[in-house]
Amino acid sequence: MNKVEEKIVKKNGLNMHFIQSNKFKTINIVAKLRAPLNRETITKRALLPYILKQGTKSYPSRQELQLKLDELYGAVLSIDGSKKGESHIISFRMELANQKFIPKESSIIDEGIKLFGELLFKPNSSNNAFEKDIVNREKNTLNQKINAIQDDKMSYANMRLIDEMCEGEAYQLHVHGYEEDLNNLTAENLYEYYKKMLSEDQLDIYIVGDFDEQEVAEKITTTMDRGETSTSEKQNILESKQQSDPKEVIEKQNIQQAKLHIGYRTNATYKDEDYFALHVFNGIFGGFPSSKLFINVREKNSLAYYAASRIESQKGLLLVLSGIAPDDFEKAKDIIKLQMTAMKDGDFTETELNETKELIVNQLLETMDHPQGLIELLYQQVLGDKELPPEKLIESIKKVTKEDVTKLADKIDEDTVYLLTSEGGVSNE
Amino acid sequence: MNEQTYEAIAETIYSEKLDNGLNVFLLPKREMAKTYGLFSTNYGSIDQTFVPIGKEDKVNVPEGVAHFLEHKLFEKEDRDVFADFGRQGASPNAYTSFTKTAYLFSATNHIEKNVETLIDFVQDPYFSEQSVEKEKGIIAQEIKMYDDQPDWQSFMGTIKAIFKNHPVNIDIAGTVDSINSITKDDLYTCYNTFYHPENMTLFIAGNFDAESMMDLIRNNQQSKDFEKMDTIEREFPEEPTKVATKENKIIMPVSIPKCTIGIKDSASELTKEEFLKKDLLQGMVLDFYFSKGGEFYQELYNGEFIDASFHFETNLERNFGYTLIGSNTEQPDQFADKVKELLLKTNTASLSDEDFERMKKKKIGQLLRAMNSLEFIANKYIHYNTMEIDLFDVIPSIQKLTLQEANEFVQNWIKEDQLTVCTIAAE
Repeated sequence: MNKVEEKIVKKNGLNMHFIQSNKFKTINIVAKLRAPLNRETITKRALLPYILKQGTKSYPSRQELQLKLDELYGAVLSIDGSKKGESHIISFRMELANQKFIPKESSIIDEGIKLFGELLFKPNSSNNAFEKDIVNREKNTLNQKINAIQDDKMSYANMRLIDEMCEGEAYQLHVHGYEEDLNNLTAENLYEYYKKMLSEDQLDIYIVGDFDEQEVAEKITTTMDRGETSTSEKQNILESKQQSDPKEVIEKQNIQQAKLHIGYRTNATYKDEDYFALHVFNGIFGGFPSSKLFINVREKNSLAYYAASRIESQKGLLLVLSGIAPDDFEKAKDIIKLQMTAMKDGDFTETELNETKELIVNQLLETMDHPQGLIELLYQQVLGDKELPPEKLIESIKKVTKEDVTKLADKIDEDTVYLLTSEGGVSNE
Repeated sequence: MNEQTYEAIAETIYSEKLDNGLNVFLLPKREMAKTYGLFSTNYGSIDQTFVPIGKEDKVNVPEGVAHFLEHKLFEKEDRDVFADFGRQGASPNAYTSFTKTAYLFSATNHIEKNVETLIDFVQDPYFSEQSVEKEKGIIAQEIKMYDDQPDWQSFMGTIKAIFKNHPVNIDIAGTVDSINSITKDDLYTCYNTFYHPENMTLFIAGNFDAESMMDLIRNNQQSKDFEKMDTIEREFPEEPTKVATKENKIIMPVSIPKCTIGIKDSASELTKEEFLKKDLLQGMVLDFYFSKGGEFYQELYNGEFIDASFHFETNLERNFGYTLIGSNTEQPDQFADKVKELLLKTNTASLSDEDFERMKKKKIGQLLRAMNSLEFIANKYIHYNTMEIDLFDVIPSIQKLTLQEANEFVQNWIKEDQLTVCTIAAE
């Protein structure tokens, strides 16, 4: 296996992470700004990416910015917000063609970094405010995004499950923010928050590819500087409320296929020693086409087109997702619950355990073949505030025993069953 | 085994056409952890009417057979192939498109074993009446899932508005009715004809040794017998140049209407040079006008006709082609009129030298970026290879394009009767 060498350099209030790799024909630069999830700031943070990608001081319109990106051999820029555990992260990503593969080109990386620094530190603004027209326009864009989740039933069901399950917890907050908060956002107060974010958020910058480290480091430190900031290292304390009785919520809409989503508390997170066992648990339970959910819900009973589980490892949630015929609700729910019981009873073989571990390792290695995937994997360590290089993660997964998995399974509690079904469908009374 | 090195992009590809007709391509990349294997047949949802192998008369098969067949190949008499791959640490998958059915895996371990599993499961079908019946429930769920997806409905709705007779206008998965009529015999008829090695390509990319991989594949194929096969006779109905209908309105519960403009390609026979030139220029020109830096995008954005869901794509195949431009929009009619107006303006437009140089740079960068992905390389290589075009020669071809060629393309691109509009809205 090719080892990942991550070199971390702290300077100018930035944590720079350099990762050398000859796997890619491009150079990837990613900046991550992290702050605690908070209802006061979530809508601002959801809106800022839309505004910041509209232009910079030197390229004040979206069109001028895009033409500059095109000129840089179609450099790709994205800025977005996401939530991980109880943190909100704004990611700036730029992917540049590596000039090594283009005859007579030598300035793409330099110019790319310069533009990247400008996107982050020199937005299009005047008199301590963003451009009013752009703010208004992007408020509409975000508003449409907030409403469009209605049209993606899988995401909608997922959001509704978290609404019900994590009521009162920071993790419940919607990553796209709230329509009712948009009205109070102005070109001025957004800019004020942007400044605050820039000085207070934890800021990590990742560079992945085949590049000259010294040149790139120098270029970054000359274009990006936020001084010695008082980065608030304090993040939300993880809350996890205990609930004695599992909750069941049924919602009806004019749809064909019902979505049955079930949320569990894992009572184990990235920080914990049983994180590796959680990974393996999820693999056997519902992480792969060979898993219990897929085999029993889909293959043996033809109940669903998809049935899978995934973990939110920074928060400690396990989510089961399935698409079923509305009439099959009770049957599908019972079969899913039976699979959980089987896991707790240790009803799986050593062979299944070993195969699943191998699938997980395979998945991790494949993730590391993608520049963005590699960065996300490395960034988990920052989020979890725990040093866990990919090699060590893989080694630890390989060491998980059957006993580790059943012990972990015992800690998992069912929290909420959420069903989105057709009107006039199931009556559960 | 042929070996060809492309110095500029630092890749070497090994190829061989085996005695039974199978085309094999190997791209070793020792720096990657992963290996990706793709076993693809030149057979998709559009291949509805054909002469089965060893027969004289053509047959018509139910809509959705190619996709149904794809599902069923994973199931054997005594086991599920997913589990075989699972035991070997690999993730398998498959897809059916208009023109291809492909089976694939990715793995970081047991590579040779997984390649053998891939070839063997595709070349060893087991269809029984019972298993065909069981699959109907699963595929019906899949079809219903698509029925609830406005984006998919919008896509197929536009395709149906563009094409009057060409079978690209049928849903890839078929309908609940059509799949219910599928029998075990339909599956064998299609399988025996289209899964002949002569009609298939195997592409392996990633961390392995080319020499021993080719030996393994050669030995595997020599141990199997196949009937002799000539070119497959497929039949496609006559398709008019103009679109099937100028307007297609679909009612379904969406919070924001969706509108897509479809452009139909003229279905003329193209040489491989013409095909590649058209394929490249069509993508570049569309991108020039409609990507975020583009003049048309700006007009649509400033007029508030579009939001972040705005998208465009173009797909050129051997005997059909289309371009789609769409968005969620509160004013679908105005959006459609505006896009049509802008498109028609291109008849008298011309690109500047500076524009075109930037377009070429962007296209080259896009291609390099896509080449980070083994999946892209394998799929695109096979796609171009059916037209006898070499993916790794595309960058020099982009560099050779001239401004005059681009302007000729732009000015002949749009014809009014080749445009259609598909709208999805709540009542």
